[in-house]
Amino acid sequence: MVDRVFLRGGTTATVRVAVVLTVGLIGLRAVLTAAADVAGEAAAASAVHAVRGRLTRAVFALGPSFARAERAGELVRLGGEGVENVGPFITRFRPARVSAVVLPPIVAVLVLVLDPWSVLVLVVAGPLLVLLLSLIGRRVRTATERRERELSWTSAYFLDVLRGLPTLKMFGRSSEQAGTIEAVGRRNADTTMDVLRTAFQTTLVLEWGATAATALVAIEMSVRLLGGDVAFARALAVLLLTPEFFAPLRRLSAEYHTGPAGLASASRILEVLDASARVAEPESAVAVPEGAAIRFDDVSVSYGDGGRPALRRLTLEIPRGGSVAVVGASGAGKSTIASVLERFVEPDDGLVTVDGVDLTELDPRSWRARIAYVSQHPSLFSGTVAANLRLARPDAADEELWDALATAASDGFVRALPRGLATQVGEAGIRLSGGERQRLALARAFLRDAPILILDEATSHLDEATQDRVLDGLADRMRGRTVLLIAHRLEVARLADVVAVMDGGRVVESGPPDRLRRTGTAFRELALAFADEGVR
Amino acid sequence: MSPLRRLLVLVRPVRWWLVLAVLAASGALVASVALMTAAPYLLSKAPLVTGFAALSVAVTAVRAFAIARASLRYVERTVTHSTALRILTELRTNVYRAVERLSPGDLPEGRSGDLLARIDADVDSLDVFFVRGLVPVVAACVGSVVACVILGVLDPRLAILLAVGLAIVGVGVPLAARAASGTAAARLVEARGRLHADLAEQIDGMADLIAFGADTEAMARDAALAGDIRDAQRRRARVLGAASGSAVLVAGLAGIACLWLAIPEVRAGDIAGTFLAVVPLVAFASFEGVIPLGDAARQIQVSRAAAERTFALADTRPRILEPAGPSRPLVDTSVAFRNVSFRYAPDAPPALADLSFDLPAGARIGLVGASGAGKSTVVSLLLRFWDPDSGSIEVGGADHRDHRLEELRAVFGGVPQHPYLFNGTFRDNLLLAEGTADDTAIQSACERAQLGRFLTSLPEGLDTPVGENGLKLSGGERQRVAVARLFLRDAPVVVLDEATANLDGPTERALLRELDAFARGRTALIVTHRPAPLDLVDRVVRLGRSAS
Repeated sequence: MVDRVFLRGGTTATVRVAVVLTVGLIGLRAVLTAAADVAGEAAAASAVHAVRGRLTRAVFALGPSFARAERAGELVRLGGEGVENVGPFITRFRPARVSAVVLPPIVAVLVLVLDPWSVLVLVVAGPLLVLLLSLIGRRVRTATERRERELSWTSAYFLDVLRGLPTLKMFGRSSEQAGTIEAVGRRNADTTMDVLRTAFQTTLVLEWGATAATALVAIEMSVRLLGGDVAFARALAVLLLTPEFFAPLRRLSAEYHTGPAGLASASRILEVLDASARVAEPESAVAVPEGAAIRFDDVSVSYGDGGRPALRRLTLEIPRGGSVAVVGASGAGKSTIASVLERFVEPDDGLVTVDGVDLTELDPRSWRARIAYVSQHPSLFSGTVAANLRLARPDAADEELWDALATAASDGFVRALPRGLATQVGEAGIRLSGGERQRLALARAFLRDAPILILDEATSHLDEATQDRVLDGLADRMRGRTVLLIAHRLEVARLADVVAVMDGGRVVESGPPDRLRRTGTAFRELALAFADEGVR
Repeated sequence: MSPLRRLLVLVRPVRWWLVLAVLAASGALVASVALMTAAPYLLSKAPLVTGFAALSVAVTAVRAFAIARASLRYVERTVTHSTALRILTELRTNVYRAVERLSPGDLPEGRSGDLLARIDADVDSLDVFFVRGLVPVVAACVGSVVACVILGVLDPRLAILLAVGLAIVGVGVPLAARAASGTAAARLVEARGRLHADLAEQIDGMADLIAFGADTEAMARDAALAGDIRDAQRRRARVLGAASGSAVLVAGLAGIACLWLAIPEVRAGDIAGTFLAVVPLVAFASFEGVIPLGDAARQIQVSRAAAERTFALADTRPRILEPAGPSRPLVDTSVAFRNVSFRYAPDAPPALADLSFDLPAGARIGLVGASGAGKSTVVSLLLRFWDPDSGSIEVGGADHRDHRLEELRAVFGGVPQHPYLFNGTFRDNLLLAEGTADDTAIQSACERAQLGRFLTSLPEGLDTPVGENGLKLSGGERQRVAVARLFLRDAPVVVLDEATANLDGPTERALLRELDAFARGRTALIVTHRPAPLDLVDRVVRLGRSAS
């Protein structure tokens, strides 16, 4: 077009067709650009959605012992922005990598058709630049990994300081943390700049290379134009195509930062998914037996973090409809028994059976449906008191909620709450004391009305008067149920048929509470400690 | 002042660096335009030029412009990023200083953890304001002006045409996109926030969810939120796609229109023929700077929300204030509550109603009462994490609001009900109480806190990490670490809040004996719901449940 007007003296009329054509092409390019953007983003959204779903299921399948050891904060981060990082990786980095492989050869072929001499420059410059890119790319990757680690450490540190602010203030150490935060921030900024600088240098090198090659082509074309070897239109086309040869490579280097971040997140997500695949549920689960006689045979458990084993060849029996209280010093492994029964941890060795059936062969969901469990640190969720109780039994009527609350000696304080059962609790809700939270958790377990009851230190935050009322209710609820009571306080243990004293992950003494008090040495030692509390 | 303007204020100390970045960015755009101009000029010239010298000048110019563009981009990006990082490091420190002055009552109830967790991410996200917002916008303006001037010299009508096109792509399209995606963007932000909060809560309470079989329901809720996120993202993608398509369309049409206008001028001889190819290419190149403006506007918008939250937190006026006058010296270590009443929120039930008691220097009081009676509140008020609604608290013979906070808190050594352990080693956590303590002092404090046997059972002893918030430790172990801190701190007033609640009998008895010895000659307030610790005290104050 330019050629025609400029060299052959054309008018607007003579180029009308060309203009219409060009406008059409521009329109097409606009539509294609839009379509590519929409398709890419939509694909990213779907991919992120799918990954997110699988990750959530995997985390739940791995259960609380994983979520705790694995640093809850990191898992939340992974489920949030970590998953979102995978999106750009899929929609920007990967297509950029593909087009960097596919497009340059196509452009090279076009140039070859137009002008074989110019291709020489491209064929030499292209691979050279790719080689350079991959060398620098490797450096960027390791630096990025280091930065990711440092950043997640820093944000964990910052959060730790903020959460522990009252403690720091108590010790008069809170203001000096500002200096540390500044120093850590500076160091982070330096690391980040290292990564960025390397990445930018890649781009710079690429630009220089592309520019040098383009300039070479330009000079070559000019010289040959002067010699009259090529037509003007052909020379212009080659010169316009040459930058297109390098464009995909430049785009790849611009998207390079999405690569490592996405890759790091993706590999962490894969680790979690792999871990969950290892705890796959049995193909054909055995129907959960009607009864609930529980037996631990030589069961050993360790949490796999190199620490002391929590249970060491533990043997324990809870007959159907019977109750056992497990007492012992903190760290004796009491809570692990509950975790094994809830299938949050699997024994390394030994056998746990329910009515003679191996616990691991049961479908975990229907097995857990038969248990009402109060954990040592029960959680309340954002929502109303009623919603928190109905977690145990979604179809429970209000009267049943009040009934359970009364048994847990909490009807009084719930009635005194501003909106009774409809009061918001949890993160955004009303402030409850430790004892009140514990009693709500107990009420929740009572509402469950399951044949097996497991209470882990369920009254540790209650004062004596309240505890007495709760224990009365508890004694009533224990009738006809198989019960495991975990306690360090002997008033609670007295409710059980059998008391088992634990030390170092095994039972050292057991028997009915009365007999044990007369003859058990370990028990007497414990009881003596409570003598001043008036164990009757 | 708007949050964005306040971000600009932060720029002031480093403004020359940002000016450099903007100059480099505009320079890169100008170089890009010049490159596009010089290359076709060179080609157009070639058939006419006879002297090789003129040609080599043009060739040199092309190379110089291209390399200048790449180098200037490098300078721009490096300078922008490092400047932004410096600003943010400063901002983060300032936010910490502001938060450090606050007390629990200054933060919205219950949401404090969430708020604090977000602050770090918010500050981090502000770097896009500088990198992808501020600098590109200013650079695009400079680039556009230069391009319009070049075309204006050839023909003013071309400049006007280009300016209109640039305005449509740089301002019109982003505005339209924002209007079209407004609700989708808001829904996206909200759904992301809710999913984040939900995940945090579910992971924290997973044991209960699974035990009650409520995990499927929780996952279903997560899936619904994730679905909302996906739908909002898809909607936004359609809008953004349409926007980038229109930008390409307008840019192309403007280039062609410029050419169309220029052709008769060339025929008439008003524009030199050699410049004809320059016209559309300058137009295309100038759009290069303007097309990212839509993204820049979005980034600025995102930063705005983050900046608003950050500054809101930094601006929160602490309710607990340092004394206006000089700090009163502490005469002794006595403590007294005089008709103290307190509620956590105006609509909350009273936590304390008209509480009075005297704790003379050297005396020991046990504070008992049903759960929820306000025992822990007494401790919080004493340490001035909250101030009473009415009545007064005296420490050392004067209203405790007359003491500087640091001096006041230095008087107390406390074991809280739920001690906080930092994610470090045992040693780090103990040194917190007394930074200069040597190994012997630490060992002895641990022995007395009944941690001796536990510590020797650990492979790395004092250098064993305690895990995030001490989660690798049991409740009883954490309490004993807090007691060891108390011993190291050696403060004249001892405040124990259920310090032995999670201990088994023998350990508790031994620990109480040590606490008894430690409290000798000190003033002590012992909060408990159980009788055992009361053996240590001279007198018992019973709190009645103030509500109901």
